[in-house]
Amino acid sequence: MTKTVNNRAWFFVLPVFAIVAFSAVLPLMTVVNYSVQDTFGNNQFFWNGIAWFQELLDPSSQLGEQFLSSLMRTLLFSFIILLIEVPLGIAVALAMPREGWTVALCLVLMALPLLIPWNVVGTIWQVFARGDIGLLGWIVNHLGIDYNYTGDPIDAWITIIVMDVWHWTSLVALLCYAGLKSIPDAYYQAARIDGASRWAVFRTIQLPKMRRVLLIAVLLRFMDSFMIYTEPFVLTGGGPGNATTFLSIDLVKLALGQFDLGKAAAMSLVYNLIILAICWVFYTVMTNVDAQRDRVEA
Amino acid sequence: MSGTIAVSPSNVKPAAAPLAANRALSGPRVSGRVVVMTLYLLFLMLPIYWLVNMSLKTNMEITSGLTLWPREITFDNYVKIFTDPSWYSGYINSLTYVVINTVLSIAFALPAAYAFSRYQFLGDKHLFFWLLTNRMAPPAVFALPFFNLYSAIGLFDTPWAVALAHCLFNVPLAVWILEGFMSGVPREIDETAAIDGYSFPRFFVKIFMPLIASGVGVAAFFCFMFSWVELLLARTLTSVTAKPIAATMTRTVSASGMDWGLLAAAGVLTILPGALVIWFVRNYIAKGFALGRV
Repeated sequence: MTKTVNNRAWFFVLPVFAIVAFSAVLPLMTVVNYSVQDTFGNNQFFWNGIAWFQELLDPSSQLGEQFLSSLMRTLLFSFIILLIEVPLGIAVALAMPREGWTVALCLVLMALPLLIPWNVVGTIWQVFARGDIGLLGWIVNHLGIDYNYTGDPIDAWITIIVMDVWHWTSLVALLCYAGLKSIPDAYYQAARIDGASRWAVFRTIQLPKMRRVLLIAVLLRFMDSFMIYTEPFVLTGGGPGNATTFLSIDLVKLALGQFDLGKAAAMSLVYNLIILAICWVFYTVMTNVDAQRDRVEA
Repeated sequence: MSGTIAVSPSNVKPAAAPLAANRALSGPRVSGRVVVMTLYLLFLMLPIYWLVNMSLKTNMEITSGLTLWPREITFDNYVKIFTDPSWYSGYINSLTYVVINTVLSIAFALPAAYAFSRYQFLGDKHLFFWLLTNRMAPPAVFALPFFNLYSAIGLFDTPWAVALAHCLFNVPLAVWILEGFMSGVPREIDETAAIDGYSFPRFFVKIFMPLIASGVGVAAFFCFMFSWVELLLARTLTSVTAKPIAATMTRTVSASGMDWGLLAAAGVLTILPGALVIWFVRNYIAKGFALGRV
């Protein structure tokens, strides 16, 4: 289906363009402005050139080291999250009941964690994982395992990862389920006639049909885990020490805690550019998959 | 996933293979599938059960030891929230900006999504990508500039500031979802309506909108969801009069020591609106999460 070329369509897009420009471009210009200046308070700013960026990208300086380590932590976190949530999400989607009232029940229950305010998610797990009043912490401690997420970095990481799996796996599962639902019955019948194994059905029918939604899932999960802030902030506050200080937490501390505008702005820009670059790669892959599919169907 | 994995190639055992495949596809009687689903739902529900459990206890009982069920069910925590204006106004504030944001996002996104789904125009692909990048931009980057911006134009500490700020990620998302649903409507319908003498606005409202009603519902659901769960911007842009419930929770608790029961009750009450909204869109959830493009 080819679309008509019509430049008057811009009038339809104009309101969206205006509102998003107002809330994205304007603030971003402020950030650019701050990033090349230094201030001693009193709203007096001095031209600082690219000094903040140099400091930020130089791992031997204090700021650079801090930035690099939180960047690494954030990348590691996103990586682990994807590694767990994508396979688990696919498994759950395959386990969805086919029909009946249980389908609606499963969908509603699965979507529930997605609609809990993020700080409440943090609160839930803060309480749930505590050794004294939380069910999880209490059970783990009584199994003889020394577990304390506020004192031990490894425990803090495990808790945050389990929390994120709890919070977001359903998103992957629901996306995959939508992909599975779109497979016509005829495909399965053909597979049955050919005597295809369960694995073969998954490999050659279900997985290719899920590829597109999986891409969206990976994209969304990567982006959201890369900018995670509220949940770990409530749960651990970035501690113990700096063990769970992700980029966002670092940034907010710098910008709103210390009002270190120049450094925070430079960091914001680099952070944004990283996301933009990765986002572009995903988007290109996605549109290519689309184009391929359109060619096949045409 | 089903527990049976039949690895027999069809040409070796022509009789047994279809049977095995059949069983694998429809699921054996007590299948691995049910086990996986049950375990997963259990994992999801346990922390929520614990929160509800705590909200019905007194602080004495919470701190004195672990009980799987409240010994004496008390609704004091909930009563306190519903009678104390500093608590319940938080819910009203949150709902106010969420509703404003949802309405704004959908109203802005509808024409744009139509343009993207129907026409090719100068810079359309770049514009679409640029919109998407805003969905991906970390709110942490925008917290400080937003604070300055909305203070400068006098909207700080009003629901409008939060509602407008949330448009940053909700408008692109709404455009994305609606575009997916609109592309599912054949273009012949537009053309037929034009031949039948419908003016464009009349066509859009009378014919097109009913066709994508589920898409609008799903987009509204997502705008509601992402505005409801976001706290960083909401907290940065408000101080007293428009303070969202989520911020009320964190502040009150740190001020008065740890009132676990009250905290849990407030948490439970923030889950309810979400649960209610899910119930309404349950039949479209899966398609909606795929952003209308399956």
